[in-house]
Parts: sequence; C-alpha cells; structure tokens
Amino acid sequence: MDKTVNQKAWFLVLPVFLVVAFSAILPLMTVVNYSMQDTFGNNQFFWNGVGWFKELLDPSSDLGERFFASLWRNLFFSFVILAIEVPLGIVVALSMPRQGWSVAACLVILALPLLIPWNVVGTIWQIFGRPDIGLLGYTLNHIGINYNYVSNEFDAWATVIVMDVWHWTSLVALLCYAGLKSIPEAYYQAAQIDGASRWAVFTAIQLPKMKRVLLIAVLLRFMDSFMIYTEPFVVTGGGPGNSTTFISIELVKIALGQFDLGKAAALSLVYNLIIIIVCWVFYTVMTNAGAERRPVKEAV
Amino acid sequence: MARIDLVDLAHSYGGNDAPEESFALKPVTMTWRRGGAYALLGPSGCGKTTLLNLISGIVTPSRGKILFDGVDITTQSTRERNIAQVFQFPVIYDTMTVGQNLAFPLKNRGLPKAAIDARVAEIAALLDLTPYLSRKAERLTADAKQKISLGRGLVRSDVAAVLFDEPLTVIDPELKWQLRSKLKALHRDLDLTMIYVTHDQTEALTFADTVVVMHDGRVVQSGTPADLFDRPAHTFVGYFIGSPGMNIVPAEVKGRQARIDGHTIALERSYDRLPAGAKIEVGVRPEFVQIAAPAPNLLAANIERIDDLGRARFAHVRVGDTRFSAKVPQGFSVPGNSAGLVFDPSRVHIYADSLLVEGEA
Repeated sequence: MDKTVNQKAWFLVLPVFLVVAFSAILPLMTVVNYSMQDTFGNNQFFWNGVGWFKELLDPSSDLGERFFASLWRNLFFSFVILAIEVPLGIVVALSMPRQGWSVAACLVILALPLLIPWNVVGTIWQIFGRPDIGLLGYTLNHIGINYNYVSNEFDAWATVIVMDVWHWTSLVALLCYAGLKSIPEAYYQAAQIDGASRWAVFTAIQLPKMKRVLLIAVLLRFMDSFMIYTEPFVVTGGGPGNSTTFISIELVKIALGQFDLGKAAALSLVYNLIIIIVCWVFYTVMTNAGAERRPVKEAV
Repeated sequence: MARIDLVDLAHSYGGNDAPEESFALKPVTMTWRRGGAYALLGPSGCGKTTLLNLISGIVTPSRGKILFDGVDITTQSTRERNIAQVFQFPVIYDTMTVGQNLAFPLKNRGLPKAAIDARVAEIAALLDLTPYLSRKAERLTADAKQKISLGRGLVRSDVAAVLFDEPLTVIDPELKWQLRSKLKALHRDLDLTMIYVTHDQTEALTFADTVVVMHDGRVVQSGTPADLFDRPAHTFVGYFIGSPGMNIVPAEVKGRQARIDGHTIALERSYDRLPAGAKIEVGVRPEFVQIAAPAPNLLAANIERIDDLGRARFAHVRVGDTRFSAKVPQGFSVPGNSAGLVFDPSRVHIYADSLLVEGEA
C-alpha cells in the first residue's frame, strides 16, 4: 500500500511533544530520580536504589505503616461514598421531572455543588460543623448529640463523608438522568402493557440502560475520592490524630512537612501506579461491556 | 378477545377546545368484531397511530367512548384494559433471555409456572424462536428482537386485542414477506382480535380481512380489500390503494353520460340526482381503461411514457390538461404518440365532492 510520506508533519506534532515533555515527562522523571536517592539538605544527594520502595511496602517500617494505614483509610472512604452516592444518585435521577420548567430548575440546583471550588466546600463544612458557631454543630449539640469533628474520630469521618456526598452526589444523579432520558418512551409503554410493576420497570429497563453511565460515574467518583485532598484537609487537617489522613495528605506531610523527598517520591509513584491500574481495569470492563452489545448475526 | 366499539371517538393534542379541523382524529363511530384482523391504513400523519394509542390507553381521548364487549373502558389504564401492543421499533428487556422476555407479561400477571412455560414454548415454536430461548435477548439482530416483541404481544391468550404499530418497519424486505404471512397464520391459529397500523398498502391488504383507510384524521372507508379496490368510497382511497392509483378526472355528468374534455363516455348507471354545485369527478382504475388506436368515437389522449411493471404495462397519457394512466393490452404495439382510451363502463365511478355517488340502474 502506498503511504504518503510527509516529513513536514513532524513540525505539527513537535509542539505537542515539547509541551508534554515539559509538563509531564520531565517532572515525572525528576520524581523517579528523587525516589532513588536520599538527601540531607544542602542539595547533597546519595544513591539509595530501591530502598525507599522496600521501606514503603514493608508494613513493619514507619513509612510502610503510615502508607498502608492511609491506603486502607482511602479505600474505606471510597467504598463508603460509592455505596452512598451511587444508590442515592439513582434515586435522585429517578425522582427528577421529565419535562417542563422544573427540569431546568432541578438541573441548576443539582449543578450548584459541583460549581463550588473544593477549598470553599471544605471551608463551608468546616464552619457549618463547628459546635460553637456552625449551624449543624450547634444544632446537634443543642439537641443533645455530642458532636465535635475536631476531637471525635467518628464525627470527623461522618463530616468528611457527608461533605463528599453533598458535593458529588449531583454528578452521579446528572449522569443517571442523562441515561434515563435516552430510554425511548416506547419502553415504558410496552412495560405498562406487559403489566410490569414499578420495580420490574426499574430492574428490567432503567437499570440496564443506565449501566454504562453508572460505570462512568463509579469510575469518576472512585478516582476523585481516591485522590481526595482539599476538603478533608481544610475541615479536619487529617485529624483527630491520623484518623482522616488520606494518602494525599500523608504525601504532603512527608514531602513538605518533613522534607523527605525520596520517601515522598517513592510514595507518589506507587500512588500514581495504583490509580493507573484501577483506571485500566475500569476501562477494560467498560469496553468489554460495549463489545457484548454487538449483535450476533447468525441469530435471526 | 373482545368486540371493540368506538362511539363518537375523537382526539385533539391541542385540547378539546381546538377547532375540529385541527383534530388528530376526527369523530369516528365504528364496530370491530371479535376475532377479526383489521388494518388501519393511511399516510403519515393521518391519525392511525393516534387511534391505536387511544385503543391501547396510551392516549386518553378528548371526546367519545371506547367499549370492549359493551363495557366502557375509556378511562381505564393500559394495564386494566388487557390489551397487547407491538411497537414500531423492537422493545426488549436487555438483561433477560429470549424465553424470559416472552414470559414477562405472563409472569407479571401471576400465572403458574407450568402454564407460562407451555405458552412460551408454543409462541416460540410459531415464531421459530425455540433455538434461542435461553440466549440473551440483548445480543440479537433487529429482526430477531422484533420477533421477540411480536411474541410478547401474542403470548397472552386472554387479551382483548393485539395492536401492531407498523411492526415490520425495521425488518428486511425478504423477511417482511415471511413475517407478514406468519402473522396471518398466527391470527388463524391463536384466534385473537388483531389491529394492524401501517402505511404500506400491500401489508394492509395481505394481512387484514377489513382495511380501515384513514385520511387527514378521518376514516374514509372501511371494507374488505376487494371493496377498496372495486368501489373506493372516497377519491383518496382510489389513488392511495392500487399501483398506479385510480384516475380521477373532472367531468360533467348527466344521466348515463359523462363528458370528459369534450368527449362523451357511456356509464352503466344513471346519475340524475347529483348534488348541485358539487365538484363532480369521474374515477376509474387504470386496470379498466385500455389504450387503443385513435378513433373518432374514443377519448383522445397523448402518450407520455409507458411503464413496464412486469405483470402489466401502463401508459401515462395526457387528456387535455389531466394526467391519466391506462393499461396497455397484451401484444398491443403503440403506433405513435396519440391514442384512444377504451373504458369499461361497469368500472367507472362518479364522485361528488370526493365522495362516491351511487347511480340508479
């Protein structure tokens, strides 16, 4: 086959290479470089090989202990918010109006939390939950519930989770709503004629048609919650103790608090790797789900 | 299975106060007998789907009543009416197998499992779906999916009626023939009242015992395929049914004679009491007008072109300002551009303001 050879095309691609090199590859290589070395300040570096990685993955060391503790916290957090946000988002999407002016009103209200900067979300909840001046904290304590997210681990977790649900359920709901809108009216009419109950309509029509958007929602929410930093940092600062210290908070503590560049670099590489692997798994699952939809020709 | 009566039924999407001319379905009163096969035939936007949705309960009528076996069901929900409907595009439940799809309407009504299995097996055998019963419905072709939709419509034996809304639109032409005759056979075997909406005259004429032709929200004729062909009650039926459609030409009619373009043709019946001031037209199917060599006693025509349809040849001619189609007899070779037209007097109909006028013997 004849292919047109046009070397000038490289000039068009070159700027992209440069941008990617400076914005991604070079910084990443710097991190890889740091992860193999130790430093005692004064810009003096010593070769450490895979030492930091060994330490990081050994739960008996100090670094490993902190890494695994925050990793489990992160996984638990992601699990809890997915378990709440996905069903809740579906319920919200199902109860939204299908037509009329109220659709626009609902969409605007749902989109509001998504438009607020993360930092501001944290600040809102930090003040909202304060026992002395916060509406939530004051009310809870006033009616006899001893709530204090600064000193009580459970309260801190509850605050961070409720905050995330408040912030992100809208995203799941909007995605599900889009999925629901794509179902032709004939499906509902057919279900009515077939005598299907409300539950049967949900399991036989709505849920299968929402499958793809739900996968996307789960992927997005998992990635985001796994990388969460700003909101819990603003509200609890990782406390009380280390109880809400997620990986990203731990990473910042090591890198900027202790200035352990080698440990921090090793941790961020592993952190990155986990995210890429999870992404890949989701991507594979999603594309396979798509492939299954292709009709089988022999069956007529 | 039920007898269906429509009593002064009408529907407007613009509300009941809208002028009647804008109604999607203008008032209609008719009776459909139990166990019949009916087709609602008409071009897009003629109100046939509206009528179907009124019967199934998806749309509530602005006016009038619908009776199933004498019981007024106008305000009942789709579910209470106990009807089945097959839609234009396949509706299948993705997560279920073909068998579960077919069983779904029965399961929802709480039938015992043995009865469900027996009926599903019967319907699957009729539609040649037996080998696919345990397959996921999601992964089949559009044809197969529509067969499943048909099956779900037919699976309940106690339904008042089965409604079809252009169900063969997505099917390949070769399969269309098969499925159409299959539906006809199913109607005989299953003893169900079936109502079939389509804009395809072949589909309607082959499927139904009674074809209801609709035009602009109105039922213009309801009759057997032969009635529609031989005695169209409205000029619209004349040219909508048949290929090519009926010739409709303005004429002056007096007694047993009609004058077209200055030429007089004989009529079999006498028309003395035509409404005054009405637009009078002569309607005759191309099958009953023959091309002949020009002669002084024949209506003169100019031949524009001849279509060979295989089974017959039709000439497109011009009489004065009007276009006309006429049959070219076997073995007849056209001498030139001019020809004469020979009419079969028993097949010539007279229309006043588009409606058929009965002559007197």
